[in-house]
Amino acid sequence: MLVSSALVLMMTGPGLALFYGGLVRKKNVLSTMMQSFAMMGIVTVIWGVIGFSLAFGPGNGFIGGFQHLFLHGVGAAPDSDYAATIPFQTFMVYQLMFAIITPALISGAFAERMKFSGMVVFLSLWSIVIYSPMAHMVWGKGGLLNASLGGRFPCLDFAGGTVVHVTSGVSALVCALYLGKRKDYPQEVFRPHSVVLSFVGACMLWVGWFGFNAGSALSAGSLATSAFVATHFAAAAAALSWMAAEWIIAGHPSALGGISGAVAGLVAITPAAGFVGPMPALIIGLIAGLFCYMMVAKVKAWFGYDDSLDAFGVHGAGGTLGAILTGVFASRYVNPMFKDAQGNLLGSGLFDGNAHQLLNQATGVVIAWVLAAVGTLILLKFVDLTVGLRVTEEHEVEGLDLSQHGEEGYALES
Amino acid sequence: MTKLEAVIQPSKLDAVKDALLEIGIDGLTVLEVRGHGRQKGHTEFYRGREYSVDLLPKIKLEVVLHDEKVDEVVKAILRAAQTGKIGDGKIFLSRVDEAIRIRNEERGADAL
Repeated sequence: MLVSSALVLMMTGPGLALFYGGLVRKKNVLSTMMQSFAMMGIVTVIWGVIGFSLAFGPGNGFIGGFQHLFLHGVGAAPDSDYAATIPFQTFMVYQLMFAIITPALISGAFAERMKFSGMVVFLSLWSIVIYSPMAHMVWGKGGLLNASLGGRFPCLDFAGGTVVHVTSGVSALVCALYLGKRKDYPQEVFRPHSVVLSFVGACMLWVGWFGFNAGSALSAGSLATSAFVATHFAAAAAALSWMAAEWIIAGHPSALGGISGAVAGLVAITPAAGFVGPMPALIIGLIAGLFCYMMVAKVKAWFGYDDSLDAFGVHGAGGTLGAILTGVFASRYVNPMFKDAQGNLLGSGLFDGNAHQLLNQATGVVIAWVLAAVGTLILLKFVDLTVGLRVTEEHEVEGLDLSQHGEEGYALES
Repeated sequence: MTKLEAVIQPSKLDAVKDALLEIGIDGLTVLEVRGHGRQKGHTEFYRGREYSVDLLPKIKLEVVLHDEKVDEVVKAILRAAQTGKIGDGKIFLSRVDEAIRIRNEERGADAL
């Protein structure tokens, strides 16, 4: 579990920082990487003080309580409800790594135009107001959507399809709409300054994702293996399907397309890993690669919003798709979830004879969409009126590295 | 004295350098530049967005010559850099009034 925790942290820095950093123009590379890295500091502090308690402390259906404020009572003894075989503190730090990467994912939507100060305040509040409640609803004891600890609408989300990807992706869309387009977009096309950096980052994401998904079994064993295999198969299939779509439509199978597809597949399999076998994982990956490619390359252009690095197109769209497909492919033979009063196993997903699960999945998705959209809008408005959100046009032209951080990513003449 | 400026394909730099060395030209300046003539650029695709690149990477080579060497050098460059396709580049010749060696202040043709 400790290794898995470290792998998930590696997804944020350097993984996501490199992936996003390579996609922006070179005058914004450091500011973009800092948006991810800053979360490693800020969310850690918040999580220790209040975030973990609000997510996993005993509470109501929507949010946890204050019992674990300042990590009170989070020690070496395991919590039998969450993870009976590991110290509660291990569980806490593993969950922290998820809390770190989720707001960092949003930064892809507002890259190249948001003030560092505004970003810090916005994402700090976001972590408390949106992440912790969503994590509680899906994974917390008694949470409204919890599938194994007494939820009203048992939503299957193994490693964070709704908690991580839908919330971050939908919030990303709201950010893109609220902040408006970058100067000169879309008349001018901004070329990624280094697909090489993005490539390295995406491959680290792929590796780190094994910690994210297989680690979510919370112990080494057959379930962790099943999640690991499903994760890998979906990533591979989605990398191929995105590339194939691009090859047919745009003429070339690009490196950027390949890595974007892999990430889309990883996103989509996140809720399903641990509930589906390898072949359904392949199918989920194939669909995710095609679907996210269309979202990013076509739908974004039709609507004209400037989701700079496609945080919504990949995480919002891929997460939503994955959450629904989990309800289609989840199988009791991979992971027995539901039992009747006599203790007989019941089907998990649509193909396992439980069509009703689709409704539970949809409920989880709708709640995540609404919480993320409404919460984000309110927080953005608040930050906009206080510290401000968007850099001045002058600073945007100059680049955020210089205007926000007083440094440059590439000082090659020195 | 004549200044020769040649814009060539980057892939032809080694061949041109060797050709110049063979005929005894041992000083030259090379710049990485971007530009285009009649050659059109190309398009790149990033997540479905089309990006046109119309300024292509080229190499510009500068060398100042004794007048009697000019023909020989031009021929050597043509031989080494020509593929016959659009985009091979151009050679420009111009008069140079003076040359000064910084080390010992030699002037004129002696400074080359």
